[in-house]
Amino acid sequence: MFSSLDKQLLNDFQQDIPLSATPYQDIAESLGVTEDAILTAFKELQDQKFITRIGSVIAPNLIGVSALIAMSVPKNQLQHIATVINQYPEVNHNYERDNRFNLWFVLVANDSESLQAVMKDMEYQTGCKMLYLPLLEDYFINLGFEIDFND
Amino acid sequence: MIDDINRLLIEQLQQGLPLVSRPYAEIGKKLNLSEAEVLKRLAKLKQLGVIKRLGVVVNHRRLGYKANAMVVFDVNDGLISQIGGHISQFDFVNLCYQRPRQGELWPYNLYCMIHGKNKKAVLKQLEYLIEMCGLRQCKNEVLFSKQCFKQRGALYQVSSKQQIVMSNG
Repeated sequence: MFSSLDKQLLNDFQQDIPLSATPYQDIAESLGVTEDAILTAFKELQDQKFITRIGSVIAPNLIGVSALIAMSVPKNQLQHIATVINQYPEVNHNYERDNRFNLWFVLVANDSESLQAVMKDMEYQTGCKMLYLPLLEDYFINLGFEIDFND
Repeated sequence: MIDDINRLLIEQLQQGLPLVSRPYAEIGKKLNLSEAEVLKRLAKLKQLGVIKRLGVVVNHRRLGYKANAMVVFDVNDGLISQIGGHISQFDFVNLCYQRPRQGELWPYNLYCMIHGKNKKAVLKQLEYLIEMCGLRQCKNEVLFSKQCFKQRGALYQVSSKQQIVMSNG
């Protein structure tokens, strides 16, 4: 399904796209292909949604504040409450997880006052118990994610 | 460190590096910055750790990694940095954070995320992780994701119109 070029592009460039005037040309040279081949392959991978984008990941809590929130929601109200939560623009990554705390989402705001205000409002709107789980330490050394193409 | 120009620059970058020969020049055009200035600023932001990485952002689900578990552990506070550092080194782990315990209700202080092609694969990797990191005695819970209600890669609102992608909260 993937060409060997696709596989290299997916696995080997998650961390460092060159910070040079011509990054795609640099990648092309390192792989022994043309810049055009690189651009075409990236476009195709992006069109097919195998890659979300070529972009940056910003360290948490340097710009604005964020926290993980867990909510314990009665099963029969889950869809409804998830919809209510999704309506807040501060919400990201809203997932159901199989646990007594079954709704998990990330809140992002400009400052902690706004974050607290959103949480208070959510508690009022839903009547559900919430856990406030801000990040204290990030241990992850980001080396990208190795995709196994063998099956 | 993060002046207004850097904010705008990060906003632009979050929309994706353009797929053209001179992508940084193209970003610069929108902000009235030279290509050299864009490169200089981005290198600095990366060096300072504001930009954790700049590269291909893959879509795990689309690539066949359908199972995703958040695993929470209750580990000794004095050992948490060491254990967190150890956990982070496994290639199937893609996030590892310390968060505050919430008393009896939620006594966990260490969180990690494991992606796998299916639940069985994830549990096998977790078993290996527990063995290798000496976590057998630590209380844990495994929370597989079920429905996804919203996923937009943790966006941070910097202005009324544009947003920034951050790592996971």
